[in-house]
Amino acid sequence: MIDIENVSKVYTLGESEVRALDDISLHIAQGEMTAIMGPSGSGKSTLLAILGCLDVPSSGAYKLDGVSVEKLNDDQLAAVRSRKIGFVFQQFNLLSRTSALDNVMLPLTYAGVGGKQRRRLATEALQKVGLGDRLHHRPNELSGGQQQRVAIARALVNSPAILLADEPTGALDSKTGDEIISLFQQLHRDLGQTVIYVTHDPFIARHTGRIVRIADGRIAGDDQVEHPLAAGTPRPSDLALPNGPAPAPQTAATQPAALTLPAQLPVAA
Amino acid sequence: MDLLDNFRIALRALSANKLRSALTMLGIIIGVASVVALMAIGTGATASITGQVQGTGSNLVSVSPGQLRAGPAAASANTAILYLSDAHALQAGLPDAKYVLPIFQGSTTSTYQQNSVRVNTIASLPTYPTVRNLSLAHGRLLTDGDERDVSRVAVLGSQTATDLFGPRDPLGQSIKINGTSFKVVGVLVSSGASGFSNTDQSILVPLETGYEKLFGVAANTTGRRQVSSVLISAKTPESVNGILVKADTILRRAHGLTPTADADFSVLSQQQLLQTLTTITTTLTIFLGAIAGISLLVGGIGIMNIMLVSVTERTREIGLRKAVGARRNVILLQFLIETLFLSLIGGMLGIGLGWAIAEAVTLSKLITTSVTPTSVALAFLFSSAVGVFFGLYPAYRASRLRPIEALRYE
Repeated sequence: MIDIENVSKVYTLGESEVRALDDISLHIAQGEMTAIMGPSGSGKSTLLAILGCLDVPSSGAYKLDGVSVEKLNDDQLAAVRSRKIGFVFQQFNLLSRTSALDNVMLPLTYAGVGGKQRRRLATEALQKVGLGDRLHHRPNELSGGQQQRVAIARALVNSPAILLADEPTGALDSKTGDEIISLFQQLHRDLGQTVIYVTHDPFIARHTGRIVRIADGRIAGDDQVEHPLAAGTPRPSDLALPNGPAPAPQTAATQPAALTLPAQLPVAA
Repeated sequence: MDLLDNFRIALRALSANKLRSALTMLGIIIGVASVVALMAIGTGATASITGQVQGTGSNLVSVSPGQLRAGPAAASANTAILYLSDAHALQAGLPDAKYVLPIFQGSTTSTYQQNSVRVNTIASLPTYPTVRNLSLAHGRLLTDGDERDVSRVAVLGSQTATDLFGPRDPLGQSIKINGTSFKVVGVLVSSGASGFSNTDQSILVPLETGYEKLFGVAANTTGRRQVSSVLISAKTPESVNGILVKADTILRRAHGLTPTADADFSVLSQQQLLQTLTTITTTLTIFLGAIAGISLLVGGIGIMNIMLVSVTERTREIGLRKAVGARRNVILLQFLIETLFLSLIGGMLGIGLGWAIAEAVTLSKLITTSVTPTSVALAFLFSSAVGVFFGLYPAYRASRLRPIEALRYE
């Protein structure tokens, strides 16, 4: 499904060069649910943007469904995004002053889906994320969690093969974030899509079957999760932990140390 | 996706940002309206001035003191004087002239009961209305008898009659001009002309009466009667040029000037007068055009500001649209439709507003304005070009960014 070989991404900031990705190779199979973790500036978001065809690598090869994406031009990339990829952003990126339904219909419009079907598919997508009764609300009339659900519906509406999310819970409180992750799990189970999300919350990451760790633009770890947490699992603070005291709610801001000490986590790493 | 979808997306984006759309349109409206209105006023003023000259007939030659020239006024203009004797000399020496009319006119205060107006009182011969193409509405015109008897009788211009008498009948009433009583014997039909020297806002009195009973010393210099101008009506249009040459010779002799000396009088045919006036009105039009141009520029800068201020928001919007699958041309088409729509609506509102201003000026009876298609087209095209350029250019740049760059744009 996703095959990247020796991919690097170099930004030039004035005189200096920043190597956001340094010779990364990664294979992700169809239907896998994967978390990409890493500290700020590690290059995980850059990797996700390249996977989502929102950016192109400076060097290396990227095959998506057997198509060499790095050779495509701007419009061809737009077509790939339109057909194969659904992207969810940390900051939702909904069109302001535009109804949830109109926001969700946008990808369908660009994909050339007819008006009636467009409306039906968008309504269905919003129902799937639990917003069937909020079709005509505008983003500023919705809570953060609801806005992210609209964004997820927008990412789903084209029935893409891959659902990508860049810190989808980053702008939400932990309870709402957990609900969003549960939604991702449910969609993954029901629709069988390949789901990849970037997070620096280990608890969020443990809901997937695979955790890829990025540090300094390189892959620092690639582990299978033997028993992914099920939707609705309470946060570690609520878990009865037999060994040692329970850790505080783990968000990146409060516990960056957890990222460097994965052994402390109740993760089958 | 089809064109209809493009339209729908563009209009939805406009209605989602009503304030921004309205402000952009405002710039276009101001620019277009000011150009249309100012050019209409300029054109109206030009037509009014030249129309008055043309309305006086095609055979006319006018003689005035000093040199009437385009550009800086001649130094002698203030001191040069024409005398009644000059008019008599012209009368005697111009067999091709049908009429030679000495005219003395001055600004006077005219009152009837408590109503008082400042009007131009014209003292001339009974043939004056004939030469100036003026016709009578009520009563009678001035006669040779009035002239002979030095009667204190007056014929009112239509506006003067309305101003003094309102709906009442002025005939037979007594008015005071600069304190002297005159009996109103007639009222003229409105000549329709408006603006500067307007016969509708004047009073006609016999020439002799003007000298003897109204203007007094103001009309006399060192014991000689002076005239404001002499109007000569040629028998045929072909004889106008001959009269111009002969009048010059006669007046040089009367003023004791050699044929090469600078004349202290002007002899102008209708045609020459028109040319002189045209240079004046052209200057006026250029002046108004410059003001209109500045308004257009200010409107354009307004449009530009709104467009550039919203660049960040719109760049992100473009990034998002690309991220969900929009191709570059689709985005550009959306922005083109948006800006064209704003320019079109704004342009039409601007034309409407400019036209309304021009109409209001006409209704105020200052100048009969006329909206010209050229000014409409010019204003419309310029504002649209500014709107489309400043709307499209940032969009063009944003559409070339990779989606991730556009989404991060600050």
